[in-house]
Amino acid sequence: MFMELKPPHNLFVDKIFKIIIITSAFYILILIVYLIIKLFLESGPIWQEIGFSFIINSDWNTIEGRESFGALPYILGTIVTSIIAMIIAVPLSIGIAMFASYMPKESHIILNFIIDLLASIPSIIYGLWGLIVFRPIFVKWFEIPINSTLGEHMWLFSGIPLGLDIITASIVLAIMIIPTIASVSREIMKSVPLQQQEAAFMLGATKWEIFKFAIFPYAKAGLVGASILGLGRAVGETMAITMLIGNATGVFALPKSLFQAGQTMSSILANEFIEASPLSLHISALIGIGLILLLFAICINIIAHVLVVRMLKVREGLINI
Amino acid sequence: MIDQNEYDKQFYQNIKRRLITNKLIQIGVFCSVIIALIPLCSIVFEVFKNGINAISIDFLLDVPGSIGSGQGGIGPAIQGTILLICLTSLIGIPLGLSSGLFLYEFHDNKIAKMIRFFNDVFMEFPTIILGIFAFLVIVLTLGYFTILAGSFALSLIMFPIIARTTEESLKMVPVTYKEAGIALGLQKWVISVRIIMSAAKKGIVNGILLSVARIGGETAPLIMTILGSSQFFHGIDSPVDSLTLRIWRLSLLPYDDAQTSGWGSALVLIFIIIMISIGIRYLFDNNIRKSIKT
Repeated sequence: MFMELKPPHNLFVDKIFKIIIITSAFYILILIVYLIIKLFLESGPIWQEIGFSFIINSDWNTIEGRESFGALPYILGTIVTSIIAMIIAVPLSIGIAMFASYMPKESHIILNFIIDLLASIPSIIYGLWGLIVFRPIFVKWFEIPINSTLGEHMWLFSGIPLGLDIITASIVLAIMIIPTIASVSREIMKSVPLQQQEAAFMLGATKWEIFKFAIFPYAKAGLVGASILGLGRAVGETMAITMLIGNATGVFALPKSLFQAGQTMSSILANEFIEASPLSLHISALIGIGLILLLFAICINIIAHVLVVRMLKVREGLINI
Repeated sequence: MIDQNEYDKQFYQNIKRRLITNKLIQIGVFCSVIIALIPLCSIVFEVFKNGINAISIDFLLDVPGSIGSGQGGIGPAIQGTILLICLTSLIGIPLGLSSGLFLYEFHDNKIAKMIRFFNDVFMEFPTIILGIFAFLVIVLTLGYFTILAGSFALSLIMFPIIARTTEESLKMVPVTYKEAGIALGLQKWVISVRIIMSAAKKGIVNGILLSVARIGGETAPLIMTILGSSQFFHGIDSPVDSLTLRIWRLSLLPYDDAQTSGWGSALVLIFIIIMISIGIRYLFDNNIRKSIKT
């Protein structure tokens, strides 16, 4: 007679374990869907009252009875600050990532330490530093000279150089996204096969030529992805910008010059969300801006993610370019 | 036929040009590192220089004084931050660990790939949106600002980070460990939790530290969930203060005292974040413990 083959323990606990880990993993899918639906529903009134022109309007009046809302200045503010930050941060970050190839292996620890430290400083402290330390210096040595010489001729530099403006916010933003871009770029550059670099080195290439001919063509997509990842950070960054951008509203917030107060999507949410009374049109306008910001962030991050992951898969030899 | 001298000349000119370009790029690279170092040094230096003046026992324990009086402390803010970190960890760590386990156990599954992708995208969501979400879901339903909404919002930032770092460190564990467990006829959850997770302990703890440091410095989602207050925690149905919110409020005030208090709060915040990471690392890293004992 056969003995019944049965595991010596009960499988009930295993089942529960499996259910727990599966539910917790599905939690994130449910959350994302629920978040988007919730934001869409709560911002419903604004799409009904103003409709699609909410995105292209630029007035902002919160007084009850005369309400009119438009998100354009904030969308433009976000785009302008992020682009300026990217222009400053991307070359610097790639330079930092290249630094590793110029230095002996032991110095990588220092580099990692710097990047980690920069990344771990909370955004509010960047804001405080920008407001109290960076702003006066920047106004004195950059804004006032530029404004007094070029301000009358170029619209880009017109305005009153107070320091609470688009350019200050963008520079602090650039400092904040450098660690993100630098660390991802470093990972990407490490993932380039060593043979490529050795081959270039053997042909007598200098370090720069190795980067230009062996690393860069291979890592192009990944580096773009790293930059876009930084762009995603820049778009979502709130506190430092709120403290430095000057917080104009309505038509005044349309970015016309670098030395002018502006507003981004995230900063207007930080400034006004708590003052808006629930169930008013004001709060649904703000939630509408939140929804636009979220869609921005999702698109940017999906693109960045696809580029970076593809690059890192090259390292694992899963796909070939 | 090129003249030999002409050829040599061109050759050396070419090499010279290439070496100079290389040198210039090298200088540029060094400069970019230095430019990135300046703000870092400046921030660390200013926080310590200005913060140390503000610190005193009263400053650490008192409630904030009236605006502009230059008195009062940040007691409620410190308490609030610590409470928030604890409560968030209570929600975020188990969720993060179990979804990390899911991603590891079902790594080739199509659904797991999708979840991993959404997890990565979710990690980069603007945090203020998560605050609005917590506001809509919890504050509006309950009708009051509460620490629960704050920790819910922060847990949304925390658990994707933990999930991903957990998965990455579980992947490092050799498959033979798992096979040994299976050969011993152990239950699946014992293999996962007792063998694989404890082998990957170090990486997991690092992930948790990373996320705690991240949420400790988070401000945006707290604005609309815990609101900020000037009293110590008194009940779950009332607003709470946090260090980051306190720094923000102080930075909006035009007084010198407020600035000093702001720097003081910043120093305390950095100190708490560093203490947490060193403390937990000490508890879990046997090498450090051994090296201290001997």
